[in-house]
Amino acid sequence: MKKAAVLRFPGTNCEFDTEYALKKQGFEVTLVWHKEETLPECDLVVVPGGFSYGDYLRAGSIAKFSPVMKAVEEFANGGGYVLGICNGFQILTEVGLLPGALKRNNSLHFISKMQHIKVINNDNKFLETCAVGEILNVPVAHADGNYYIDNEGLTSLKENNQILVQYCDASGTPMVLNGSVEQIAGVCNKKKNVFGLMPHPERAIELLLGSDDGLKMFAGLAS
Amino acid sequence: MKAIVNVFLKEGVLDPQGKATHHALKSLGFDNVESVRIGKQIIVELKAKDKEEAIKEVSQMSETLLANTVIEDYTIEIVE
Repeated sequence: MKKAAVLRFPGTNCEFDTEYALKKQGFEVTLVWHKEETLPECDLVVVPGGFSYGDYLRAGSIAKFSPVMKAVEEFANGGGYVLGICNGFQILTEVGLLPGALKRNNSLHFISKMQHIKVINNDNKFLETCAVGEILNVPVAHADGNYYIDNEGLTSLKENNQILVQYCDASGTPMVLNGSVEQIAGVCNKKKNVFGLMPHPERAIELLLGSDDGLKMFAGLAS
Repeated sequence: MKAIVNVFLKEGVLDPQGKATHHALKSLGFDNVESVRIGKQIIVELKAKDKEEAIKEVSQMSETLLANTVIEDYTIEIVE
């Protein structure tokens, strides 16, 4: 059975949804408190959504120095799979495991709604069960999801197929949601073992609640 | 010793709060406003033997935590 560790910081609030989604995909899940200096033996680390440290200073900026993050960096540098969702994405960019940064949404509003996203690249473990161009319907809920990267960084992302998902409308046409550069919703690192995204796949797990497209986004990791 | 750290989004990085405030000022009739940038000011009181040491330490603080240098620039002023 595959094992996943889900981190918890003061202010994390998506850890149980994430646990539920992972269990549904057959993972054995351990919740890991941020003060731990080591990770349990696992195949995947998930940095879930929420408001670690109340988003003080900048979203993710203080969580970056939690003891557990050092272990996560080592895990990632050793090739381990790390997934950051929403606040988890912000933390991974702050730590430097992912390129770019997340700014305040251009509208200055907290955006909370169902949102279509399009799979741009699937040559990675995370989205290998999705087709390129596939449209998924998952919730977004963030105030600081406006992805920024400079032109040089953007070119490098494109060259290495690191842009994994992009905001779009129901037909797949890219749409401006929050001001992100090229409507980027999620990126991975060069080695393709670290993936961060603003949308919440763990909240799209049951059709009864509107969509189960999120399951597909965990399927690759489970296989 | 007291250090004032000002953190702003880099030139060329769109500042949505500054833009909204600029728009509001224009609506109020302040037609001379050309641009508004919003940042934050962090006041750090610290022990240091001289100004140079304080600047060095506060620079390290800024690089590691106070600013995200991917999108932000910072300035440091030692006031006392």
